[in-house]
Amino acid sequence: MVKYSIEGGAVIEGFTLDKCVHHGGMATLWSATHPGIDRPILVKIPKISEGDDPAMIVSFEMEQMILPRLSGDHVPACYGTGDFSRQPYVAMERIPGDTLYKRIADLPLGYEEAATICERVAIALEDLHRQSVIHHDIKPSSIMFRPTGEAVLIDFGLSHHAQLPDLLQAEFRLPYGTAPYMAPERLLGVRDDPRSDLFSLGVMLYFLTTGERPFGEGETLHAIRRRLWRDPVPPRKIRADYPPWMQEIVLRCLEIDPAKRYPTAAQLAFDLSHPEQVTLTARSEKLQRDSLYTVLRRRFNPPLTRLSEKSELARQLASAPIVMVALDVTQDSSELDDAIRIAVQRILATVPAARLACVNILKLARVAIDKTLDEQGNNKHIDRLVTLAHWAAPLKLDEQRLSTHVLEAFDPADAILEFAKINRVDHILIGARQHSLRRSLLGSVSAKVAAEATCSVTVIRPSRVAIDASLVAEEAAAASPD
Amino acid sequence: MRVAIFSDIHANRPAFEAVLAAARARHAERIILLGDYVGYGADPEWAVDVVSDLVAKGASAILGNHDRAVRHPSETMNDAAQIVIAWTRERLTADRQDFLDRLPLTHIEEGALYVHAEASDPAAWHYVRSADDAARSLAATDARVTICGHVHRPALYSMSAVGKMTAFVPTKEIPVQLLTGRRWLVVLGSVGQPRDGIAAASFAMFDTVRQEITFCRVPYDIDAAAARIRDNGLPSWFADRLYLGK
Repeated sequence: MVKYSIEGGAVIEGFTLDKCVHHGGMATLWSATHPGIDRPILVKIPKISEGDDPAMIVSFEMEQMILPRLSGDHVPACYGTGDFSRQPYVAMERIPGDTLYKRIADLPLGYEEAATICERVAIALEDLHRQSVIHHDIKPSSIMFRPTGEAVLIDFGLSHHAQLPDLLQAEFRLPYGTAPYMAPERLLGVRDDPRSDLFSLGVMLYFLTTGERPFGEGETLHAIRRRLWRDPVPPRKIRADYPPWMQEIVLRCLEIDPAKRYPTAAQLAFDLSHPEQVTLTARSEKLQRDSLYTVLRRRFNPPLTRLSEKSELARQLASAPIVMVALDVTQDSSELDDAIRIAVQRILATVPAARLACVNILKLARVAIDKTLDEQGNNKHIDRLVTLAHWAAPLKLDEQRLSTHVLEAFDPADAILEFAKINRVDHILIGARQHSLRRSLLGSVSAKVAAEATCSVTVIRPSRVAIDASLVAEEAAAASPD
Repeated sequence: MRVAIFSDIHANRPAFEAVLAAARARHAERIILLGDYVGYGADPEWAVDVVSDLVAKGASAILGNHDRAVRHPSETMNDAAQIVIAWTRERLTADRQDFLDRLPLTHIEEGALYVHAEASDPAAWHYVRSADDAARSLAATDARVTICGHVHRPALYSMSAVGKMTAFVPTKEIPVQLLTGRRWLVVLGSVGQPRDGIAAASFAMFDTVRQEITFCRVPYDIDAAAARIRDNGLPSWFADRLYLGK
């Protein structure tokens, strides 16, 4: 194998190294330039010599395989890689600024800031998981932010790609990673469950908001294994003013059994961005750790004893979509409302982990000063929420799967599209306006949503019979103008 | 160079036609055939003619156990397979049998070893069904990349610099770079008799410059292949299993 003493000015396959910006245990990082690439470049060169830990080599191989296949705002762009037959390196986009690790001096952070940070990381994870990759090393030093705010995940040396050989699977008897952040199932050799990343993000949210790591900093195998049965101190015990909704989120992420965590990063991001919609369970009220009895029972009857059934990343994501239903409660259209409910029921029956967001648009008048109260003095916003909840009641959904939202907007279609984008909605269901006159005057909201949405859109119409009946009525009305 | 690799065609004409068309559509520049052109299926003459024609035009073909069994009845094989080989022997003219009999056991090209079965003893026709089998095969040769068939189930094994093995069931249409820091054993699926639960014909494209292997699946007219097997009075299980891919 090659011996590496790289100096500034060296040229590796067209990349001219400028200066060493980081000297880490496993690699050195160099700022670099390349003709034709006008963005700042970072070249990572593994520190490998004969007799070194093979883990370093395998980690480098994984990053070399995975990084070039990733795209989007939440990862650094990859400009080139070289392997061990010549000079191993990975050249990537240099993200300006520091990693989140720099903020550790400021802990604990304010709740709002911590929630925003973790929401952005959850959105980045959702994007990564959709590219078939589980990060497996989520922690502050793996996270950076673009000047525009998006979280960028770095360091893919421990990652798992569902469509590529996992070179780390067989390599080590012990799980390899950062002990305080490691999900319990990793201790059982599970590397293909995307919810492991949600556990690590839960550790990070706990750490950012309390200044303490939920499972300590122990690196010994015993210290790591304790998380298979020992629950962390509830954050509310550490900070008396800890918001119950945030404790609900943190402890749900830190569930020992992955099936009890959020099913997807998108659903976690959804809760982090809608604190008022978080359903509070017993988790949110905990002030003490589980009793010794419970812990001992778990110790000798561990909830995770063997590899659970294969989770398969793609199936896991597909099984827990966020479904948005846009309801126009101002029209008296019970056939349409019923038709939409039936369509929603079908979807929820086939994907039991789906989450439903019921959305209504409170249209703002462009000219008149909008009055929050209607003629009868009722609060329109609350009225609409009540109506949405009433519409959803027959679905008999567990509260954790349902949320209701009234959005105030000038343009209903724009508001629906924006909500869907921000909340990583997978599927929009929307009713088509029935009255042709209204549609021709106002334009079709559903047509615009269907045309411009970045996810699937289903436009619902009531059954033919109902439409025909209303058309007949309309025609009859038109035929007799007096 | 984009190399199309086919293994275990087994006299299945619709499947072989389908993968040849798919390889052309992918701009294959070269063809390598990993053996077992006959057996199980009902179009052995056609299969041998196509293979010898491809070889005449520059393709490389190696020997499989069913091909060898045509001239060498001593090759051990289960009874049903034996019945088809006896039937095949009757059908193949002497020159076709000669063509099969003269095929080499291995082929080496651009540092890759092509062989029908496990490479430590190619004529023993051992299967590569586990990381241990793959390790034995890799240990026996110097080739960085070994490409074989015989199992009818696609798989991809790698060996790290310190001898640790990984096993992987490849995802179709996702190119995998055979990283140069480790050694690889590629097991192709079968063109004419897939047994991984997926009925579509299997083959692979190997980009030798990028060292990337892509496993491909192609649907084909199973009804036609199965009808040919039944119409020729061959054991009907060989027709039925085509639908099941097992």
